[in-house]
Amino acid sequence: MSPTKITRPVGSAGSRISGLGHFRPDTVVTNDDLGQIMDTNDEWIRSRVGIAERRFAGEDDTVISMGARASAKAIAEAGISPTDIDTVIVATCTLESPVPHAATQIAGALGIHAPGSFDINAACAGFCYGVAAADQAIRAGSSSTVLVVGSERLTAWTDPKDRATAIIFADGAGAVVITGSDESEIGPVVWGSDETHIDAIRIEGRNGTFFQEGQTVFRWATTRIGLVAIRAAQAAGVDLADVDALVTHQANLRIIDAIAKKVIAAGARPDIKVARDIVTSGNTSSASIPLALDRMRAAGEVSSGDVVLSVAFGAGLTYAGQVFLCP
Amino acid sequence: MSPPKGNIVSNEDIIAGLGEIVEEVAGVAAADVTPEKSFTDDLDIDSLSMVEIAVQAEDKFGVKIPDDELANLKTVGDAVAYIEANKA
Repeated sequence: MSPTKITRPVGSAGSRISGLGHFRPDTVVTNDDLGQIMDTNDEWIRSRVGIAERRFAGEDDTVISMGARASAKAIAEAGISPTDIDTVIVATCTLESPVPHAATQIAGALGIHAPGSFDINAACAGFCYGVAAADQAIRAGSSSTVLVVGSERLTAWTDPKDRATAIIFADGAGAVVITGSDESEIGPVVWGSDETHIDAIRIEGRNGTFFQEGQTVFRWATTRIGLVAIRAAQAAGVDLADVDALVTHQANLRIIDAIAKKVIAAGARPDIKVARDIVTSGNTSSASIPLALDRMRAAGEVSSGDVVLSVAFGAGLTYAGQVFLCP
Repeated sequence: MSPPKGNIVSNEDIIAGLGEIVEEVAGVAAADVTPEKSFTDDLDIDSLSMVEIAVQAEDKFGVKIPDDELANLKTVGDAVAYIEANKA
C-alpha cells in the first residue's frame, strides 16, 4: 500500500496591505490631569517618556468595540465587503476576559461570516506578529483576505496611581486588511524573544496590574531593537536608504529616537520619517503601529507605496519587525 | 566590591571618559563631571539617562554595569571606583 499523500493548495505569491484604519477613544488625558492624582508633572513626563497627552477608553469602549470600529475603516478603505474576509487575527494582551477570544467577537460585530479566527498575545509586539501570520497564511493558501487588528485597553490593567506605568499606558485600536498579490508588498518577519527578561513587564495574578522594570526594558530596547529593524530590512532585500518611514512600537520617545539613530547610522536617510504618535497617543501596545502609521498618512508624512520599516517589542520580552509598503 | 587597584592617571582617564559620555548623553559640560558630584542631585541626570551612560561606559571601559549595580552608583566617584575595580 502506498503511503497517503497530502496535497496542499497553491498560495498567493505575495501579500499586501490593502486597507488601514484606527480608533482613538474620545477622552484626552493630559499630563496635568495625571498630576492631579499622583506625584508627577508635565515636565517630568515629557522628559522621561515624551508623552504630552493620551487617550483613555470610555466606559463603553472595549477591546472588542474599539477593534471593530478600527476594522470597519480598514475594510472600507480596502473596498471589500466584510463577507470577503476569511480570517480574523486579533493581537491583544488586555482583553477583559480571556474566553471567548476577541477575533470571533470582532468578526461577529462586523458581519464577517465564519472566518478562521484567533488571538495573538505577543504583548506590544503583537501587531507585527499578526501581520506576519496573515502574510504566511495567504502565501500558504490557507487564507485569501485577512483582517489583522491590534486593540488594547491597557488602562483596565493599570494601577491609575502607579507613576511607572500610569503615565505611559493608554487605549486604542488599529487594523489592516491583508490580501494576496502577485508581488510581495510585505517582507519576511524577523521575530524572537529574550527569556532572560521574562519578568521585566508583567501582570501578577487575576487582579494584578502592570509592573514594568523601566531601566531594564529601556536598556534592552535601546541596545537591541535597532538591530532587529536593520535585520528586517536585510531579510526583505531592501536597502535602508530606500526606507521612507520608520514606524516602531510607541513605547517611549527616547527609545524611538535611539532606534532611529541606529537605523540611520546603518544607512537609512537622515530625513527618514519617524513615527512619534506616542506624543499624543501614549503607549497603546499592539495598537500603536497602525495608530502611528495612520496618523503619519493623514499628516502627509507617508503616502501609498512608501516603504515602511516596522518593529515592535514588549513583554516577554518579545520582538518582531518587517518591511511593508504603505497602503 | 574590591578596592580600587589602579593609579591616579587611570582614574583621571576614567573621569575624563565619563565626562565625555555624560556630556553626550545629558548635555552636561564634561568639566562639571567631578568625583564628588551626585548624578541625580548635582548633574540632574534621570534614571534612563543613567542607563544610556552605563551602556556607553560598558563599551568604553570594557566593564559590565548591570541595572542593580547601577542603582548603587550615586556619585561620579562611585562610578569611577566601580569601573576601576571591574574593568577588563
